[in-house]
Amino acid sequence: MQDYVVQVKDFRKVYGDMAAVDGISFEVQQGEIFGLLGPNGAGKTTTMESLEGLRQPSSGTLKIFDIDPTRQPKRLHHLLGVQLQASSLPGSMTPNEAMEFFCAYHQVNPRHDLLERLGLGEKKLSQYSTLSTGQQRRLALALAIAHDPPVVLLDEPTAGLDVGSRVELHEVMAEMRAKGATIILATHDMAEAEKMADRVAILLKGKIAATGSPTQLTASGRGLVKISVLSETGSLLKNAGVFPAVSQQIIKDEYVIFYSRDAGETAPAIFDFLKIQDDRLVDLRVERPTLEDRFLEITQPDSSNGGES
Amino acid sequence: MTAFFHHFMYDFRIGLREKSLLMLNYLFPLGFYVLMGLLMTGLNPTFAPTMIPSMILVAVMACTLLGLPNPVVESREAGIFRSFKINGVPALSIISIPVLSNFVHMILVSIIITVTAGPFFKAGIPANWGYFVLILLLTIFTFASLGMLIGVVAPNSRYIVLFSQLIFLPSMILGGLMIPSNMLPPALFRISLLLPTVHSMNAWRGLAFNMEPAFNPYSSVLILLVSGVIAFILAIYLFNWDSKNKLSGRNPLLALLTLLPFVIGAIFLGG
Repeated sequence: MQDYVVQVKDFRKVYGDMAAVDGISFEVQQGEIFGLLGPNGAGKTTTMESLEGLRQPSSGTLKIFDIDPTRQPKRLHHLLGVQLQASSLPGSMTPNEAMEFFCAYHQVNPRHDLLERLGLGEKKLSQYSTLSTGQQRRLALALAIAHDPPVVLLDEPTAGLDVGSRVELHEVMAEMRAKGATIILATHDMAEAEKMADRVAILLKGKIAATGSPTQLTASGRGLVKISVLSETGSLLKNAGVFPAVSQQIIKDEYVIFYSRDAGETAPAIFDFLKIQDDRLVDLRVERPTLEDRFLEITQPDSSNGGES
Repeated sequence: MTAFFHHFMYDFRIGLREKSLLMLNYLFPLGFYVLMGLLMTGLNPTFAPTMIPSMILVAVMACTLLGLPNPVVESREAGIFRSFKINGVPALSIISIPVLSNFVHMILVSIIITVTAGPFFKAGIPANWGYFVLILLLTIFTFASLGMLIGVVAPNSRYIVLFSQLIFLPSMILGGLMIPSNMLPPALFRISLLLPTVHSMNAWRGLAFNMEPAFNPYSSVLILLVSGVIAFILAIYLFNWDSKNKLSGRNPLLALLTLLPFVIGAIFLGG
């Protein structure tokens, strides 16, 4: 077994004059969940589809189990489970038929249990065109993992899913990882990436802007702690004053939100201020920086979140 | 083999389940057959002897030229072929299975027409059943391959209508279905040799119905076979999985090669 299941080296994909992906490199180990994050147009789907063999790289190499997806796609079919961002099935095909159809091509027994598990039991005889977007996404996921592939590529798997289905999907992903499957997850959902991914790469304009574990990435940012305060008379809204270690403060939904370099300095100063103003604390929340905060720092460096006041 | 069989059975069921395909595969050709049986046999005495092959040809054209290409274009545009590709469905299956399931639909329709046309409309019965079946299979293969090729090269549904009608409408008028093609004026007769229906009718007349063919029926068999094989090979060669991301980059104008046997036929058989 190779050290790395997925290897991407100097991968570049150009459309006309525009580089959708501009020389990215990363590796993914067996049993790892690797998150690809980035705003729209960052190159996530192009990277995923090139790994799936649906697009041809302009230069660089992509390998899964040392197999080139463009040159030897047939060798990859049984090793790869794919949920595409944009795909479809024939409108009159039922989930049951789809399961039998694709499992036949993968030479495995149909996994009707997966349809039940992903909440499609009652819809297994309904035509694809009558399924909701969420049901279609769940069916695509069931089909992607029905043949127990060692590598799974999921492109926005939770888009359009309700909360219950999202939790179920995360459980399925955790089970697949426990069984040794390698998962590449392209997502907009930062909470999902933070919860599920062992490592992430943040793509920006076709390049990798940052990579590492969610904890590493979060720690490598400016590390501003978010302190949200709601008081009884709203004295902070009228006259917030200047508090120690605060880089920026904003008002949102009656809350005053402080971005602080040191919550230990800022919070007591806020309490003192409220006492002087004869105001009473209703709610106070201290949140460490999330992956989303770090993501916004990288992708929107001029945004208000965490910017210096 | 199991996957191929599953795919085939699914495709065959779709031909009955989808209303538009059911209409083109069965309802339209059988309705047209009954209508023509009631009207044309009285109006045109030359119609009844070749009613069976004529009505079979209408059915084959509706099923293949009008019914086959649209699902191909729709599947490509909707990303269905992308789903197929990542799950290992080969292009050969995508091309050949609809052709095969169309064979089954058309054989069923042909049986209905052949069995009922004699007793109900006094239609001519084939004198040589072997040739009748052979030309039927060849005709379905050629038209299904042409229909599949149209689906593969048509950039969108509007082009399907254009390409299909370029064959369908002239065939209905000049294709020897209602009147024998050798009754056409010489210039029109030469043009009609570009139409596959003329060759199917000529082969059936000469080889299966013991009627006077317009020209050598074996040339018609050869032209249909060569054109069908070219169309089938080109359908696989020009096939694209994805409307936005064409991996093959092959020129769709190559599809015109499938007309070459008909052009050669028109040059050498028209005189």
